[in-house]
Amino acid sequence: MSGMKGMNTVFRKESIENIRDRRAIFNSLLLGPILFPFMFIALVWFTTSAEQERAEKTLEVPVVGAELAPSLIRFLEQQGMVVKAAPADPEAVVRRQEEMVIIRILPDYPDKWQAGEPAPVEVIADPSRQESSVPIRRVKNLLAIYSQQTGILRLQLRGVAPQAMAAVEIKDVDLSTAKSRAILAMIFLPYVLMITAFTGGMHLAMDTTAGEKERKSLEPLLINPVPRWQIMTGKLLTTTLFAMASLALTLLSFKLVLPLMPVGAFGIDLTLSVISLIQILLIIAPVAILASSLLTLLASFAKTYREAQSYMSLVVIIPLIPSIIFMANPIKPELSMMAVPLFSQNLLIGEIIRGDAIPLVWYALSIGSTLIIGLVLAAIAATLYNKPRLIFSGS
Amino acid sequence: MIVVTNLHKSFGEVKAVRGVSFTANDGEITGLLGPNGAGKTTTLRMLYSLLPPDEGEIRIDGLDPGKDAMEIKRTLGVVPDGRGLYNRLSARENIEYFGELHGMTRALMKERIAHLTETLGMEDFIDRRTEGFSQGQRVKVAIARAMIHSPQTVLMDEPSNGLDVMATRALRNYILSLKREGHSVVLSTHIMQEVAALCDRIVIIAKGEVAADGTAEQLMQRSGCSTLEDAFVKLIGTDEGLLA
Repeated sequence: MSGMKGMNTVFRKESIENIRDRRAIFNSLLLGPILFPFMFIALVWFTTSAEQERAEKTLEVPVVGAELAPSLIRFLEQQGMVVKAAPADPEAVVRRQEEMVIIRILPDYPDKWQAGEPAPVEVIADPSRQESSVPIRRVKNLLAIYSQQTGILRLQLRGVAPQAMAAVEIKDVDLSTAKSRAILAMIFLPYVLMITAFTGGMHLAMDTTAGEKERKSLEPLLINPVPRWQIMTGKLLTTTLFAMASLALTLLSFKLVLPLMPVGAFGIDLTLSVISLIQILLIIAPVAILASSLLTLLASFAKTYREAQSYMSLVVIIPLIPSIIFMANPIKPELSMMAVPLFSQNLLIGEIIRGDAIPLVWYALSIGSTLIIGLVLAAIAATLYNKPRLIFSGS
Repeated sequence: MIVVTNLHKSFGEVKAVRGVSFTANDGEITGLLGPNGAGKTTTLRMLYSLLPPDEGEIRIDGLDPGKDAMEIKRTLGVVPDGRGLYNRLSARENIEYFGELHGMTRALMKERIAHLTETLGMEDFIDRRTEGFSQGQRVKVAIARAMIHSPQTVLMDEPSNGLDVMATRALRNYILSLKREGHSVVLSTHIMQEVAALCDRIVIIAKGEVAADGTAEQLMQRSGCSTLEDAFVKLIGTDEGLLA
C-alpha cells in the first residue's frame, strides 16, 4: 500500500468508533467543558457570598471581664457588636467551636488604663479554623480603632497634634486595568486547560491501546499489511483530535460562562475575545499532542484498560505541577521559560488574559519546544508495537 | 504452500517451540493438533510474522516472513483465537476496516462482502453492531474479515472454540469449500473430532515438538492403533489437554 493510506484508515475508524462510545464522549467532550467552568463559577460564587455574609452578619462576641472596661464595651456596642455573657472557661469553649472569638479583658486593665499605659485585652480564637478568620479580623479591627481614637484624644489633651503619629502618608497609585485584574479571577484558567489537555484524550489513549489489547483485536489488526507505526500514528491522531476538541469546547464554555461570575463590582473585565481564544488554543495545541503521545506511550505498556487507568492517575499530576509552583511562587515571565513545556503555556495564557502584548519569539519558542518534545514522544510510541512483548495480552 | 523447517521460539526460560517442521500444501487442510500449551499458537504467530522465530525457516509461497512481512501479510488470511471484533462497529464495518487496510477499493469490497455474506450465511446480522453477537456469529465475521482480500493461504487458530453443533457444521463445510477452491488451509485445534473430520494431513505437536506427521491412516499404522483417538494418545504420550 502506498503512502499514509493505512494511517488514514485507522484514524477514520477510531474516530467513528469513539464517537459512538458514550464513555469517550462523556470523558472528552462533556465532563471537562461543562464540569470545570461551572465548578469554578459555583466555587467563586459560593466563597464570595459566604465571605460577604460573614462580613455583614451581626458580630456576637462573649466578653470576659466586661465590667473592667465600661467605655470599651460602650464603644463596641455602638459599632453594632453584641456583647454576650462570658463563659466560665473561654479557651475550652473556643476549642469546642461553640464560639469563634472571645474577648478577655485582663484584671490589670483598669490600673494600666488609669496610668496611661497599654491596657491588655486578649482575643481568644483559633486562626487555623478558616471560618473564624472574618470575625477575628472584625474584632481586632474594632479594638484597633478604639485604641487609636483613645490615643488621639490623649495626645490632644497633652497639647500634641495627632498628626505627629503619622510620619509618612502612604498613597496607592494603581496601574492595574480592568483587563489585567482579570487574571486574579482567572488564575485557574491555565490550570483547567492543562488538565483538559490531558484528560481530553485520556480515555482514547487507553481504549485504543490497552483496551484494544484486552479485547484481543490488536493481534488481528497487526496482521494487516500496514506498517505498525502507521497504525499507532492513526490512533495517536484520533486521541489528539479528541483532546483538542475537548480544549476548544472548554474555552468556548468559559467564554459563555465567565460573564456570570459575581466579580463585576470589583472592576474586573472578564470578557475573552475571539482572538484571545484562538491565541490560547494555538498555544495549547502542542500540549495536546504532547499529552496524547505521553498517555498513549504509557497505556501501550498496560495489558488491560484497568491497568492503564492505574498509570493515568499518576500522569494527571503532571499538568498540575506548574500551576502549583506558580500559585505558591509567582514568577515574572522570561524568554528562557518559554522553552519549558507546561510552564510556558501557563505563563503565556496568563499574559493573554491580562491583555499584554507578547513578543512573537515567546510564542515561537513555546510552541516549538513543546511540539518537538511531543513529536519525539509520538515517535517513540509509534515504534512500540514493534516489540512483540507489548502486543499480546499475556495469553 | 507453507514450508516450515526446524522452528524454535523461547520466551525467557520457557521454550515454547523446539524444532517444529511441516509442510502444508495447496488444496489441502493441515491440522496442528496438540494439547493446550503445546506451542500451536506460537507456531501460527510466527507464520503470520507477528513473532520472529529464534531459529529455523518459514517459506509461504516462497516468501520469508522475516524479510517480506508486508508481501506475506497480503497473501494471508488469519482467524486468531481471540476473534477481536469491534463492538461499536457493525459486522460490515468490521470487515470493511480490514479491507481498507489491505488497500481494497470500495467497489471490490462491496462485491466481496456480498459474496462472503451469502457463503457464510450472515444476511441477518451483517449490518448490526457486533455487540451481543453469539460466538457463531463472531466466528463468521472474523472469517469474513480474514477472507475479504481473497488470500491464498488461510490460518485458523482454534476456529471452532465455543461454537455449538450447528455453527461447527457450517464452519467445517466452509473450510472444506476453501480446500476445494485450492487454498492452503492450516488450522490448530485440540479437538480430535475436528482433525478427523477435516484434515488431509495431521501434525501432532506436543511440548513444542512435532510428535508425528501424516495422514490419518499413516498415524494409525505407525502407532499400531485401530482408532485415531488411541493413535493420538499413544503418539503424544498422554491424553491430557485433548478433547474427543
